[in-house]
Amino acid sequence: MKINSPLEAYKYLPQTNCGECGEATCMAFASKLIDRSGKTTDCAPLIKEKKFAKKLAELDRLLAPEIQEVEIGVGERAVKIGGDDVLYRHKLTFFNKTKMFFDVTDTMEEAALVERVNNIANFKKFYVGHHLLLDGVAIRSVSNDPEKFAAAVKKVAEVGLPMIFCSFNPAVLKAGLEAAKDKNPLIYAANKDNWKEVGELALEYNVPVVVSAINDLDALKTLAKTFAEAGIKNIVLDPGTYPTGKSMKESFTNFLKIRRAGITGDTEIAYPIMALPFTAWMAGISDPVSASYWETAMAAVFTIRYGDIMILHSMEPYATLPEVHLAETIYTDPRTPVAVDSKMYKVGSPTADSPVLFTTNFALTYYTVESDLSSNDIDCYLLAVNTDGIGVEASVAGGQLNADKVKDAFDKSGFDLKKDVTHNTVIIPGLAARLQGDLEDKLGANILVGPMDSGRLPGFMEKNWPPKK
Amino acid sequence: MAKKVKLSEMTNMFKDMEILALEGVTIEGDIELDLGGLGGGFDPMLAALLGQENAVLAQHFARLASMFGVPVGIGAPAGVPAAAPAVSPALAAPKLKDLIPAKFDFENIAEWANQIQEVPIGNTSADGGSRGKRVMLGGEKALPFFPDAVMPNRNQVTIDVFDMRIGLAKAVKVNYDEVMDSPGEWAKKNVEKFNADMITIHLISTDPLIKDTPAKEAAKTVEEVLQAVDVPIAIGGSGNPQKDPEVLAKAAEVAEGERCLIASASLNLDYAKIAEAALKYDHDVLSWTQLDMNSQKELNRKLMKQCNVPRDRIIMDPTTAALGYGLDYAYTNMERIRLAALMGDDELTFPMSSGTTNAWGARESWMVSSPLKEDSDWGPREYRGPIWEIITGLSLAIAGNDLFMMMHPTSVAVLKQITQTLFGSIEAEPVDIANWIGTEV
Repeated sequence: MKINSPLEAYKYLPQTNCGECGEATCMAFASKLIDRSGKTTDCAPLIKEKKFAKKLAELDRLLAPEIQEVEIGVGERAVKIGGDDVLYRHKLTFFNKTKMFFDVTDTMEEAALVERVNNIANFKKFYVGHHLLLDGVAIRSVSNDPEKFAAAVKKVAEVGLPMIFCSFNPAVLKAGLEAAKDKNPLIYAANKDNWKEVGELALEYNVPVVVSAINDLDALKTLAKTFAEAGIKNIVLDPGTYPTGKSMKESFTNFLKIRRAGITGDTEIAYPIMALPFTAWMAGISDPVSASYWETAMAAVFTIRYGDIMILHSMEPYATLPEVHLAETIYTDPRTPVAVDSKMYKVGSPTADSPVLFTTNFALTYYTVESDLSSNDIDCYLLAVNTDGIGVEASVAGGQLNADKVKDAFDKSGFDLKKDVTHNTVIIPGLAARLQGDLEDKLGANILVGPMDSGRLPGFMEKNWPPKK
Repeated sequence: MAKKVKLSEMTNMFKDMEILALEGVTIEGDIELDLGGLGGGFDPMLAALLGQENAVLAQHFARLASMFGVPVGIGAPAGVPAAAPAVSPALAAPKLKDLIPAKFDFENIAEWANQIQEVPIGNTSADGGSRGKRVMLGGEKALPFFPDAVMPNRNQVTIDVFDMRIGLAKAVKVNYDEVMDSPGEWAKKNVEKFNADMITIHLISTDPLIKDTPAKEAAKTVEEVLQAVDVPIAIGGSGNPQKDPEVLAKAAEVAEGERCLIASASLNLDYAKIAEAALKYDHDVLSWTQLDMNSQKELNRKLMKQCNVPRDRIIMDPTTAALGYGLDYAYTNMERIRLAALMGDDELTFPMSSGTTNAWGARESWMVSSPLKEDSDWGPREYRGPIWEIITGLSLAIAGNDLFMMMHPTSVAVLKQITQTLFGSIEAEPVDIANWIGTEV
């Protein structure tokens, strides 16, 4: 973004305060443009009226993110990468979290290929009210045979995930592009030897393309600039990802340099960056668990420092779970506190005999407890106590969760333990056990100390519910 | 060569030589030639066929052709010959003709000149203590592993020891089961077998709700650990704000002169008492706050101004929330603290420590399988746990953390390997990654 104050954006708006965008004033709308919670298309007059066309074009140019945004794939699983404006997430937020593509080869048996692709497509992990997913499939041409590659592409394309075609042979890439017309794959890669042919393919088929120059930022920029001048917009950079030793440090440094240059105004290299943690498998690590750990560690390094898309190999859950969690962590918006409304929630269809529990209003805690209860068909009442969005353990230690706060939350929710349920009992989090005595006094209710982790609530309920009189 | 030859003459010449087709030689249009095999020197087979004179002629054409930009012979890109010009309209008028050279420029950030305080832990005999080595934390002039300035001191790992048997995740417990009744043996194993740079002894049994071990008795455990190993040690209380100041003061006394790290001073207890003991008996203070940069500033300020703790005796612990359990807050808090320090905030210019062990509180690290039916299979937990601790710690290393309090031996080994790789001290055989696409895995 070339501008950073609402006042600068305001200059390009109609300044009529018409309110069509939903904001009371054009200045308020300008602030939304600057923090990227609003888009110019939300301003109807700006879009519709011809006299604003020039201002709109200029404003869009000024608001465009520093790092080019590139889309890969089609349909509902299509992904966007790039689009960032800052070097540190707390300065604004990072957009378009790092996308994880997992490899298959064109030499795999068909059954094995289909199984692996389905595993990639079907992976899911619940987290804060939604599911974390894997993003796509990178097809490596090990055969270097256009026909074999095309056959593999056809199989993979059936699943509908975004794809990366990996080959330095233009004939192989072309065969893949013919086999998956209109799937908008990312093609990997143009390098110093094949750039003309691969670049022409990117133009002919209108697909995003990776330019690759291992450990040579001048060459990388040269390729990107050459492609951009020829009209290729969707470029991804591969500066090389070495897996070990000082060369890995050098790769890491290259990522830092490229992103800093891009964010601070070098538009010729302001593109998303590809990392290849896959190279962990080339480092001669003998046992697969260690190789997998190393790949995951590399993925973490490049998720945090500017890898926008990566190609990985291990599909073991011990590798994929931390990878998707970390990407979510680094790309959550630090501007929005992750808290739910502090109130009484119903899980399932509770009756007057159903249990009453409480937890904190930290979204992570709340959704974890809620999903543990609902997925195990435990009908109950769940109170989210306002702890300023802090989890149970920390808020007990820090004083944000105490008996007064819990009583206050019950009062405000309008829930009456003596009238709305028959048992006058509250199940409290195991990590808040030390509040038991205080709570008995304050609420005048029976207090049952629940498990330390809500994942153990089903077993706990079997033993302890209904409560013994 | 003085003699000029037209293409038509050339073809006529060939006509007289009873050659039906010339292998490797194609002539198209007026100048478009592809003379296979003639690029570097000339093909002896062709020379024999044409006779020396014609071969020289052919070479001349090859040179002429290359002057007009037609690819000739060896060294020309594959894929262009013969068929190419006729078909694709894109190639008929290629948009990509020549590389447009560009130079990449990078400048170091000058305003990061403010240096993080260097803080030593552990006194050797030269310093008046009995440690075999001292560790040095801090000293950075840029974000960790950034190219703007050399990072003088690597990350350090201190492995936890507890003064009583405690509940641990199974994957962790199997490594310590036989030493858990002896803090000394436990510490020794951490150093000798698991390569700990330091030991942290947690005096949790002193908690009135646990065993209420008296401070004097807890101090004996500290002595035991100091005698068992010669690495620097950190001494932690039970987290009980009423009891900790007394326990830590007593521990500081018995460890006099060893320059231990006393953990922790915090805003909700008598930090002055802890600071006083640390100064009196020659130790460092861990300044612990909960995910809040302003509280961290406040506590550091109080330690420096009220308690007169010198700058080279303060290490901060801004709290570690585990991956998936608030790491986003912990990460950003640390990164903001480190950036503010580098840009000149003197109240934050201290090395940082992380209770990375907190990662074992995340259910993904210890639970047998997901309690949620719709989740994909989580796989074996003995492999899940260690990597959860590694990724939690590694993320914070990149945000600016210097010292890690950890538990699982594998986590320690991998975290050290990756942070020291980024630090630049790991030598490795170079790996040729050019052919990664074709690698068999």
